Amino acid sequence: MEDLSYRHIARQRAGGTRKIAVIGVVASGNLEVLAERNLPDAECLVEIKTAAEGFGEVWNAVIADFVERHSPGGVRFSINDGGARPDTVSLRLAQAARLMQEDDQ
Amino acid sequence: MQTAIAGAATSTRTSWRQGRDARDARLAAAVSLAKGKIVAASDATGLLEAVIRPGDRVCLEGDNQKQADLLSSALLAVDLAKVSGLHMVQSGVVLPEHLDLFERGVAKRLDYAYSGPQSARIATMLFGGKIELGAVHTYLELFARYFIDLTPNVALIAAVSADREGNLYTGPNTEDTPTVVEATAFKDGIVIAQVNEIIDRVPRVDIPGDRVHFVVQADKPFFVEPLFTRDPAAITESQILTAMLAIKGIYAPYGVKRLNHGIGFNTAAIELLLPTYGEKLGLKGKVASHFALNPHPALIPAIESGWVEQIHSFGSEVGMDEYIRARPDVYFTGPDGSLRSNRAFSQVAGLYACDMFIGSTLQIDLQGNSSTVTTSRIAGFGGAPNMGSDARGRRHPSEPWLQAGKEADPDGLAPLRRGRKLVVQIGETFGDKNAPLFVEQLDALALAEKLKLELAPVMIYGDDVTHIVTEEGIANLLLCRDASEREQAIRGVAGYTAVGRARDAAMVGRLRERGVIRRPEDLGIDPFDADRSMLAARSIKDLVHWSGGLYAPPSKFRNW
Amino acid sequence: MSAGQTAKASPDRTGSWYEASARTRVRLLLDPGSFEEFIGPEQREISPHLKVFGLPEQFDDGIVVGRGLLDGAPVFVAAQEGRFMGGAFGEVHGAKLTGLLRAARDLKSISVLLLLDTGGVRLQEANAGELAIAEIMRAVIEARTAGVKVVGLIGGRSGCYGGGGLIAGCCSALAVSEQGRIAVSGPEVIETNRGVEEFDSRDRALVWRTMGGKHRRLLGGAELFSDDTVQGFRDAALDLLGSVADFGLDTLKAEQARLEDRLQRFGACPDAIDIWTAEGIADAASVPALPADQFIALADQVRRTSRDAR
Repeated sequence: MEDLSYRHIARQRAGGTRKIAVIGVVASGNLEVLAERNLPDAECLVEIKTAAEGFGEVWNAVIADFVERHSPGGVRFSINDGGARPDTVSLRLAQAARLMQEDDQ
Repeated sequence: MQTAIAGAATSTRTSWRQGRDARDARLAAAVSLAKGKIVAASDATGLLEAVIRPGDRVCLEGDNQKQADLLSSALLAVDLAKVSGLHMVQSGVVLPEHLDLFERGVAKRLDYAYSGPQSARIATMLFGGKIELGAVHTYLELFARYFIDLTPNVALIAAVSADREGNLYTGPNTEDTPTVVEATAFKDGIVIAQVNEIIDRVPRVDIPGDRVHFVVQADKPFFVEPLFTRDPAAITESQILTAMLAIKGIYAPYGVKRLNHGIGFNTAAIELLLPTYGEKLGLKGKVASHFALNPHPALIPAIESGWVEQIHSFGSEVGMDEYIRARPDVYFTGPDGSLRSNRAFSQVAGLYACDMFIGSTLQIDLQGNSSTVTTSRIAGFGGAPNMGSDARGRRHPSEPWLQAGKEADPDGLAPLRRGRKLVVQIGETFGDKNAPLFVEQLDALALAEKLKLELAPVMIYGDDVTHIVTEEGIANLLLCRDASEREQAIRGVAGYTAVGRARDAAMVGRLRERGVIRRPEDLGIDPFDADRSMLAARSIKDLVHWSGGLYAPPSKFRNW
Repeated sequence: MSAGQTAKASPDRTGSWYEASARTRVRLLLDPGSFEEFIGPEQREISPHLKVFGLPEQFDDGIVVGRGLLDGAPVFVAAQEGRFMGGAFGEVHGAKLTGLLRAARDLKSISVLLLLDTGGVRLQEANAGELAIAEIMRAVIEARTAGVKVVGLIGGRSGCYGGGGLIAGCCSALAVSEQGRIAVSGPEVIETNRGVEEFDSRDRALVWRTMGGKHRRLLGGAELFSDDTVQGFRDAALDLLGSVADFGLDTLKAEQARLEDRLQRFGACPDAIDIWTAEGIADAASVPALPADQFIALADQVRRTSRDAR
């Protein structure tokens, strides 16, 4: 297992009012993303525990793109990864960001 | 003058029928083992020892599906004092016995086309010098050489049934048999068929009896691999996204009606999206109506929804027999009702009469060359390089072909401009075990160096590839005007692979503005819509329902 | 939980139960917006054992527990995620279910829905998992004794095997779909221990006709058969909650009699098809291929749902 952590400055606060969202399942080639709105508006933190070691550079690129595209300010993303491919990671992060934009809870 | 030439000829040649005399001598050597043409299974090895000579070219019928398994076991058991050093000329090296022949010394040299399940072992044996390799071919190419410089001395083939005159019924899996027999029987070779049963009258004559010298009844039906069954349950969201991109970004704008699909999950996803997503886009009747294709179970929903006009097949597929029999408007069937497949004809159809090939691969380099070879596996080519190449001899026009030609050469004079076949590579940027689809250099090159091959085993050459589809988007290589545009177009859909991360972002942006690269959002596709609920069938059982209970999948695909 | 847009929109329950995640099953099964989770993923009550083995954890340890409304009536619900470690029971996973059942026991009036989807006990925390199974079985029986109805819904990817099969056997009633398999030993385990002649685990048709939902329904192991949709399971859950008999010594005696009778009638049958034939099904070999609606009609014909045993 490898622990990774990426802290970004986001352009703007994530829309919506939802406090928490969870999407995905930890299985081979899959991952779960837990999103919690508990950071200052300009911050975004992504913490990863992954079964596939040595992909730090790829994670770095995936998360930088994600923050750039979705600007999820104020949200902390926690990921448990079962060795998902980068495209799956991008999709789950985007799904989590979209869930957080709902007005709920 | 004439007299002098004739005189010279007769002086160098004692006979013009040496081949026929040799064949007759071989036949005579086996006569004591046969009753008429029938030889007992227990005498099969004796038969082969009688008719095969050391160093012979032998075609042991085996392709990606049907296997003459009894005859391969019989050949493996020969006395090496009688039979050795054979040159195997066969399309498929698929059974363990096919390679055991080389381990044992029965065979020495190999020319072949496909080695799916044996791809790792064949690589090891090539490295170890156990096999002297002629070349790895495409099917059509190997078949062509059967008639020019690789004509078999002996062909060992498989059929469903035979009558006592040797007329053969090959059943739905006719596949290579007519081609192999044609080349062997008409050039003084010997044809031996293993059959599941000997009956008074075969349901239809696939191979006329006068081309068959011996018939051996096997104690169990020949082995057939269900190679074209893709379980819809295993199709992922990313594959669905690539399928949506292909349908909306390629099938629709070019209006591709005549095509061939590969066997991967991406194309299975396309097949299962036609009746749902394709229907929603209003494409029914406008695309995907005529196929050169094996009877893919995943195409059943599209057929049942009225998308497909007709399909010509290379071979059959386990479990599809009754469905095909009930759909003669769609498939080619014989007077007995069952499928008539023919690999050679279907390959020709795919080369000349299809406007598109779309399939997956393992590696794509910066020029767009693709390969399924890795340093430890040599899977061969099968038919993909033939399907996936522009037919330079093609002369008939069609909309997709002309449009692709125009995109490649917009300034050319229309009546003199060649069209282009659409050759589409589709896949996710990362494959099994996170192996990147895109690489700076193909493993095939390292392999060629290691084996001292003159040609690296490239599945589809970059100059034939017109489009690459990944979950990140479509790269249209027809619109690229130079090598650097081509490279950036490929990098621009290579996702988070090292190749993709090394892209020139500004240039990729410009290519996107020109429509060379199109992202899902450029096509109005929301990646969140790429959901399994869009598949017309999500399980094998769903396919059975679509078929009205006619499709009978093999047990290993069942979960009911 | 507030009435967001998800609460207002009428949920689409036509989707596949088999393909849905545990969370999706719960969300769609219950009345819209009514689910409230206990010990949710944000509390990060993860397995203390998996890290030792270098295995990835899941924030809910593979089980979602909480309460909600089913057609207006309060229910407790637990859903296993069959894709995380095959839905297997570990220490935390098991404790969450035990706690839910004990709460139901103490409150007496709220029914429990168990959305089982499990291969059994996690090898990496086997002792804790086995203990959890025993605690859960006891908790089910205690809850039922206190008057709580405990209904199992089985139709997930991992089936319901090992300790999950034992827990299913303790429930007040079960609903199962074709994809759901209920057994204790799995096909591979049987083959390994008794030989391929006894049970060929690669013969998938054999596996399904021996352990699959249709056979369990025809054998009386499951009270209802559901099509593989969320709506099907919701209807089945409502039906069973409305018809389950009270639990007591008489129920157990009736269950014992049912099982003895079953053994006597079918003990000599070598294959499920022989049992179905003995049950009076004319074309027993066609049962696996029957669509859900036709199968339900057939099952209702040959075996009226028994509501006095268990």
